Amino acid sequence: MTQQQNDRLGIIVAGSLNKGVEVRLDSTTSVEDMVVGRYVTIEGQKQRFFGMINDVSLGVTDPRLTLTPPDTADPFITEVLAGTSTYGQLQVMPYLTMTTMGEEQEPKPVKTVPSHFSAVKLAQDSDIELVFGKEDKERFFIGNPLDMEVKLCLNLPEFAKRSNGIFGKSGTGKTFLTRMLLIGMLQKGACVNLVFDMHSEYGWAGTSEKGRTVKAMKQLFPSRVAVFTLDEENSQRRGVSTDFVVKIGYDEIEAEDMSLLRQTLNLTEQAVEAVYTLRRRFGKDWISRTLKMDDSEDTKDILSQLNIHESTFQNLKRGLNTLQRLPFIEPHAKTPAVDKIIANLNTGVNVVLEFGRYRDTTAYILVANLLTRRIYDRYRDGTEKAMAEGVAAPTPLVITIEEAHKFLNPEVSRQTIFGIIAREMRKYNVSLLVIDQRPSGIDEEVMSQLGTKITCLLDNERDRDSVLAGVSGKNELKSVLAKLAAKQQALIFGHAVPMPVAFVPREYGSAASYKSFMETAADEDEQAAKDIEELWD
Amino acid sequence: MKEKTQRVGEVTEAATTGFTAQCYQLYELPPLGSLVKTQNDGLCIYGIVCNAVTAGIEPGRRPIARGKDETEQEAVYKSSPQLEKLLRSEFEVLAVGHKDGESICQYLPPNPARIHSFVYLCSDDEVKEFGQSLGFINILLNAAISTPHEELIAACLRWMSRVQPDSHAFLVNAGKQLATLLSGDYNRLRAVLERIK
Repeated sequence: MTQQQNDRLGIIVAGSLNKGVEVRLDSTTSVEDMVVGRYVTIEGQKQRFFGMINDVSLGVTDPRLTLTPPDTADPFITEVLAGTSTYGQLQVMPYLTMTTMGEEQEPKPVKTVPSHFSAVKLAQDSDIELVFGKEDKERFFIGNPLDMEVKLCLNLPEFAKRSNGIFGKSGTGKTFLTRMLLIGMLQKGACVNLVFDMHSEYGWAGTSEKGRTVKAMKQLFPSRVAVFTLDEENSQRRGVSTDFVVKIGYDEIEAEDMSLLRQTLNLTEQAVEAVYTLRRRFGKDWISRTLKMDDSEDTKDILSQLNIHESTFQNLKRGLNTLQRLPFIEPHAKTPAVDKIIANLNTGVNVVLEFGRYRDTTAYILVANLLTRRIYDRYRDGTEKAMAEGVAAPTPLVITIEEAHKFLNPEVSRQTIFGIIAREMRKYNVSLLVIDQRPSGIDEEVMSQLGTKITCLLDNERDRDSVLAGVSGKNELKSVLAKLAAKQQALIFGHAVPMPVAFVPREYGSAASYKSFMETAADEDEQAAKDIEELWD
Repeated sequence: MKEKTQRVGEVTEAATTGFTAQCYQLYELPPLGSLVKTQNDGLCIYGIVCNAVTAGIEPGRRPIARGKDETEQEAVYKSSPQLEKLLRSEFEVLAVGHKDGESICQYLPPNPARIHSFVYLCSDDEVKEFGQSLGFINILLNAAISTPHEELIAACLRWMSRVQPDSHAFLVNAGKQLATLLSGDYNRLRAVLERIK
């Protein structure tokens, strides 16, 4: 009866703007059909509200009912009590409002609550489209809201404007989500991507949890993606056609890179200080010259001149030896990888840097930090020049880093270039896509600067707190986050979405899914061709 | 089930909240909880039978046991035919609504019934029509009567449900109405529900 009245679930009976509103379910609505994270609309007197279910609870009008429960074998008594003496309750957090008057319906952030006894309904597909928009040349289909068929779309140019984060414990689908977003940004983001691909998952092919191989960016968009590798042998063995083999010269490693590697190379504070002194003394060649220093009297003289203690020097040397053993490090690299990467990025080609077998943190931190700093410098120069001369600024760049807490933990985030990028945001057209499984390890200040956060299931209380820090309705979202399925469910909130929404990411890995990715790309090319033709007409 | 309205008695005492009526024949009482009506000058008062008494005509004269030598109890009345005249059956009716013109209002009538008005048992169609609204339950629940309220409400709902097209739905609906009215008193609610299931 009531169910047919546009799926009315119940009515608002209490609430506040801070804590959300309380909905008493109609007797016809089964409390078991209500799912945390689902999306509802509230028909207020003057406005429509959009909200999310944060909690589901059971209520009784008389506490004696719980003390002497009725005979549940009798369907009559159960039927009578359902919705009257015993009822279901929802806690709904309103996020957006829309005035129902007039044609224009622009969702706005909520500043009040619906009046008493306003009807609450399940959100329809059209509501979702109204709030999140339809798939178009900027909006990218990322998945379906929980228990809904409608496409949830994300405005990618808006997304790429800020640094963003993808979180979730291991095996929850972060990589699949990232791969999909990278493809989206490649198609619609009006930006280029540089991916530091620690586990070789994004360039040519990735693997699913079941061991199935899935196509990655290069296979789907060969002309728009370049795969760089640190480990040529490994890439060849996997049958990946690489565009460039990255070698790092000693002379490219700066003192700042060493300070970042302090923990992984087990260097003392003094050793890091010594690096700066040695760099001043020897110039660009400081690593080769330091490594050449043996236990001779000359060395002792130099060390005493530089005021470096013997044990500190040995500590540093051990660290440098570890670096030296990395096969991609050479005394002098023929073509600096930075130039090659910049050249590609400038022509709109996305770059994926595969690490092959060098998955240890030393290699990853060193290479990612070293390359990023130089790329960032170029971008900064480019942007400043563009501002001064009034020419076009470089295409926005999104740098994807995995295991982000290693770069962005409170101890090093002030020194690494990633910390700077996260803080300075898009001033110089460079932003980050941070992927991590321990968000609590990331500096709070950096976390607060992330624009949009997408999070899969997180078990740890501290991780959940850290991801949701500073979000309004944090406690309510926490319960949604805690109840996400272990796989293929995520919660997105922040800058690029008008309100938080839990969703099931778009399918990735089947032939049909590849086709759908390619189709949108083809459609847009066609549209672009049409637009150009129209210009000529 | 009686199809036509049947005359069951005559008003002998009247108040705003209800009336007492005497049956024409001894023991021909309408059942507890049944819907009756009485009419005067276009005002039709509906009531629920909430109590019935059979006693001697004179308050000072109590009946005495007469069946000592009889083998069957019916024989007592046959051998003492005067009993039919010395005893009387009376029933109390709680006013639960009235009809002034076309529509039925489920609240107290503006005036009480008149003495000697005829009292009729409502027909099935009238019961069905009256049962479309459940406002009368509140009157039953709050009436100052000697019969236990739970018993009266249950009897009334059972009586009404028999003529409804979907008696289960009617009882569930009435149960929900009661659950709302008795939201703070689950034990009373349960007592009624157990009597109507």
